[in-house]
Amino acid sequence: MMKNMNTLIAGIIFGIGLILSGMTNPSKVIGFLDITGNWDPSLAFVMVGAILVGFFGFRRAEKTNTTLFNEPIHLPGKSHINKELIIGSFLFGAGWALAGFCPGPAIVALGAGYKEALIFVIAMLLGMLIHDNLYEKLK
Amino acid sequence: MENFTPIQSLIGGLLIGLSASILILSSGKVAGISGIVAGLMQFKNTPKEHYLWRVLFIAGLLISSALYALFTPLPVSEISASYSTLLIAGLLVGFGTRMGSGCTSGHGICGLSRLSLRSLLATISFMLSGFVVTYVLIHVI
Repeated sequence: MMKNMNTLIAGIIFGIGLILSGMTNPSKVIGFLDITGNWDPSLAFVMVGAILVGFFGFRRAEKTNTTLFNEPIHLPGKSHINKELIIGSFLFGAGWALAGFCPGPAIVALGAGYKEALIFVIAMLLGMLIHDNLYEKLK
Repeated sequence: MENFTPIQSLIGGLLIGLSASILILSSGKVAGISGIVAGLMQFKNTPKEHYLWRVLFIAGLLISSALYALFTPLPVSEISASYSTLLIAGLLVGFGTRMGSGCTSGHGICGLSRLSLRSLLATISFMLSGFVVTYVLIHVI
């Protein structure tokens, strides 16, 4: 129960962090990606802030390998590099730049009632389904 | 740089880091939004625990705007992309994040917090791609 409450609260804090930092505004994200134009470095500050806190959270998680409720933590590996990682990230970056949305901010903007975010999220779900159910089985 | 908001963006970032820390230390899960969402669409004989934390976290994201608006006006999301561009962008983001095993949150925040080389390479790749596509869209086309 407590654990479920924490998860919901974590989602709320994540969303509020995105809103406060300006990341739910696609034009601000594109302002960061437009390095040769009127550059807005804000997104880098979001990452620095998040990593500053996350570093300690994940350090504790990796040291103990158990949650505060004494359940095991399974973290993904850190060094497995393949072409899917790089190509997939390039495709993601292209879509991110086209819309100014990545998954988190798009879901928050959907909650705020933007129909553009709804279109983006539906297409994103479709893209995920195509990868997991078609591409993965065909390759 | 007139749109630069260093303090607000840093504070927002600290909150995101706090959220990711709560999720890993309480539920043992990584706050990677693309992975959380995609996990909601694994339909075959999946236990209830697989869905519950995902549903709760995404519900938190969805209601965060309404909660924020209780205290202070919600900032506007300026979306300039057309519907067809949003469609292509969404497809690329969905497919790409699955193929690359993560997005800005999973690789860019959680992975970099763990000093993961894999996530560093992914982050460099999607940033580089984002810079190039933005350059072409704004300064070439």
